[in-house]
Amino acid sequence: MSPVANVLELIGNTPTVDISGLSPNPRVSLVVKLEGQNPGGSIKDRVALSMVTALEKDGVLTPGATLMEPTSGNTGISLALIARVRGYRLIAVMADNTSAERRDLLEALGAEIISTPGDEGSNGAVRRAEQLAVEHPEWVFPYQYSNPANPDAHYTGTGPEIWRDTPELTHLVAGLGTGGTLVGAGRYLKEQSRAVQLWAVEPPAGESVAGLRNMDDGYVPAVFTDGGGPALLDRRLIIGPDASVEWSRKLVDQGILAGLSTGAALAGAARCAAEIDEGLIVVVSADGMWKYLSSGAWGADPASAADRLSKSVYF
Amino acid sequence: MPVTVKLPTVLRPHAGGERQVDAAGATVGEVMGDLIGRFPSLKDQLFETEASLRRFVNVYLNDDDIRYLGGLEAGVSDGDRLTILPAVAGG
Repeated sequence: MSPVANVLELIGNTPTVDISGLSPNPRVSLVVKLEGQNPGGSIKDRVALSMVTALEKDGVLTPGATLMEPTSGNTGISLALIARVRGYRLIAVMADNTSAERRDLLEALGAEIISTPGDEGSNGAVRRAEQLAVEHPEWVFPYQYSNPANPDAHYTGTGPEIWRDTPELTHLVAGLGTGGTLVGAGRYLKEQSRAVQLWAVEPPAGESVAGLRNMDDGYVPAVFTDGGGPALLDRRLIIGPDASVEWSRKLVDQGILAGLSTGAALAGAARCAAEIDEGLIVVVSADGMWKYLSSGAWGADPASAADRLSKSVYF
Repeated sequence: MPVTVKLPTVLRPHAGGERQVDAAGATVGEVMGDLIGRFPSLKDQLFETEASLRRFVNVYLNDDDIRYLGGLEAGVSDGDRLTILPAVAGG
């Protein structure tokens, strides 16, 4: 492989690995797609590049501009990386109970962080960013939660790659954050084969967000609803921190160093494998374990780590 | 049939501060009805109309979103677990 002109050309085209050794059903194969292999370390490189490219094309994003985005971490890191390479500045709006590594990475990439109360979770970061966008019209606001360039990245990238590498898939299991992966890749895959089922996995985050005043403080991204997400999905599961930690640790047996949301997705895939007769399940691993090491999830006391995670943002 | 209902922090003040309560019914809707019968102020928090949940309310039966199990009509069994959560974003 000859050298690429810059690191952004390495975004996408991620590898898949057979991990059927972890399947609870011998007639069901498991394959994991390693999005942690992207240069910024997560699937969000695709989304960030897609949004920035669209904004450049529209003439909204000009040299030296400041980007501002609410994030639980990964989208911020990806935007910061791209901003650094392309000559922009990034302000990441993030809850203050995300992992230390996420903040360190954002700082390393030169991003500024505006912290929001941890007990409001990502919803608090979204709300603050919406206010900031009004107060600072000079800032460019990609807004992954309602930007069609987010699911587009998966419709044109992630989905076709999965179909190319595993056309025999019966199920796709992925984390639900903005809904971009499931809506984009899911729609593409269902267009290729109506038999493909989409399972979404999410953390029971609502249990910990004590800062919400009432249920109307909830938030459903437009990317998910306008993209027809609710109708596109076949199942939607909550997977708690205990199972997320447990399955992230099992992945280490396969030599795969993945993040906690991958553990959650794999736990969902294992449940799916146990329910179906036969098939091939593709699990999207959104990122690697590096940003979560400080959680202690892979240490001697995983139960305490899971307890701490129940009060933090890790999706 | 007795079912455990887990409530998110934001709803606990409407249910005497409890994090989980028992309720009975043969379907998810009946269980929710029993719950509201005991804690009437939960009704406005959870329901838009008699038959539909509010937009940001997610209900899971044994960790499975009820929208994909038949909604409020989904049947429940003894010992099942309902979890109510506000919608939260990630990313």
